[in-house]
Amino acid sequence: MSLWEFANPVKFMALSGKVLPWVIGLCAVTLIPGMIWGFFFTPEAANFGNSVKIIYIHVPSAMMAINIWVMMLVTSLIWIVRRHHVSVRASKAAALIGVTMTVIALITGAIWGQPMWGTYWAWDPRLTSFLILFLFYLGYMALWAAIDNPDTAADLTSVLCIVGSVFAVLSRYAVNFWNQGLHQGASLSLDKEEHVSNVYYQPLLLCIAGFILLFVALVLIRTRTELRLVRLHRLDVRERMKDA
Amino acid sequence: MIALLVRDLRLAMRAGGGFGLGLAFFLIVSTLVPFGVGPEAAILSRIAPGILWVGALLACLLSLDRIFQLDFEDGSLDLLATAPIPMEGIVAVKALAHWLVTGLPLTLAAPVLGTLMNLESPGHYWIFITLLIGTPALSMIGAFGAALTVGLKRGGLLLSLLVLPLYIPTLIFGAEAATRGTAGLSASTPLLMMAGITAGSIALLPFAAAAALRVNLR
Amino acid sequence: MLELGKYADAILSSWIITLVLLIALVLVTWRRSAQVKRELDAAEERAKRND
Repeated sequence: MSLWEFANPVKFMALSGKVLPWVIGLCAVTLIPGMIWGFFFTPEAANFGNSVKIIYIHVPSAMMAINIWVMMLVTSLIWIVRRHHVSVRASKAAALIGVTMTVIALITGAIWGQPMWGTYWAWDPRLTSFLILFLFYLGYMALWAAIDNPDTAADLTSVLCIVGSVFAVLSRYAVNFWNQGLHQGASLSLDKEEHVSNVYYQPLLLCIAGFILLFVALVLIRTRTELRLVRLHRLDVRERMKDA
Repeated sequence: MIALLVRDLRLAMRAGGGFGLGLAFFLIVSTLVPFGVGPEAAILSRIAPGILWVGALLACLLSLDRIFQLDFEDGSLDLLATAPIPMEGIVAVKALAHWLVTGLPLTLAAPVLGTLMNLESPGHYWIFITLLIGTPALSMIGAFGAALTVGLKRGGLLLSLLVLPLYIPTLIFGAEAATRGTAGLSASTPLLMMAGITAGSIALLPFAAAAALRVNLR
Repeated sequence: MLELGKYADAILSSWIITLVLLIALVLVTWRRSAQVKRELDAAEERAKRND
């Protein structure tokens, strides 16, 4: 029994069908309490006042925006190397979720930036990198949408994703070099003692878990939809062959 | 391969191809910017390196879809694919041809256009050097984008959407080096970074572009 | 109702936008999933009859 067994679409459909209700349930019991805890039951922070409440959506969405791209990179690589349909379909399924997360992170960041830094937008490295990441997501999705043949589209978007990742990392360093930032340094790393105080940290962890589970649930649903579309396409072709 | 290069250059020169067009576009952009921001010499000379870089980048973008599109449509790309040279070589030659007909003229024209924008005296030298090192990367990245979109009916707009984000690092380092050099600061770090991007693009992107072309020719 | 202080606008607007976007994403995913499932079931049915 290896992981690759689930590269078989039938096995994947069976397993994901079984897992999906659990993921949705877990997502509900982490995301909803996490958000309520964060929104209603957290104190003001010394420097930020009540605006600290934005952290519970800003940080998880920003984390997911990056992690989803990494997941797309991995699944694209798997498609290029081993040609498993499930993999590349999952990549396609994740793109829309990723772009939504990026937009959420950008918008909440802009709204938070106004009272904190006195401006909605600054060409701060992280902001700029996220804008660039948003452009990469758009390009990836546009390429999927533009090509009719699904296998061609899968190959080309995977190549784009891999090359794009390299250039996204390069852009990150270039932007860092180009302008110094306003963001505070890493305050959430698990191994450091100096993260934000527990009052904010615990609900934030719950929200992060909730966002991750939400992503898993959505990506499973969307991948299942994509795989059904593949099957639909096959049946369609077969029907037409018979008619002809 | 040399025959292919000569053929591509001839085609570009003849068929009203991108040769003059990119240059004319560059000239127009450089003329329009002062109308937009006002004629004050101080402002113009400060933004000149950045404007010249963005202008060169857009002019380069203009002729990208010609790299493979015409050959794809009349079938000569299929012939080339069966030729004894590897696909990676074809891509590299095509990118080189594109650079010779757009990147190189742009590089030569940029210092002259810089005069229009009151570029300070070491600036001419720096804009020339940075464009000379940076434009090959633009051509190579563009060839990759063109290889991705070659099979599409209306790939032009999509091509810009795909290629422009990939241009960001080159643009940042290039413009930064030009600005620093013009201001008399040390520009070696961004210059070296940009040279690194160019070298990396030339070394690796032909493989990615060739893979994309093979998919499109399937 | 809890006191949000002078940041009320910022907090409420960012939370509302986030929730709207997330719910929209879930709804789009859900509807597309249901629609494709229906189409596929119909197609499988047809394929079975034709065999």
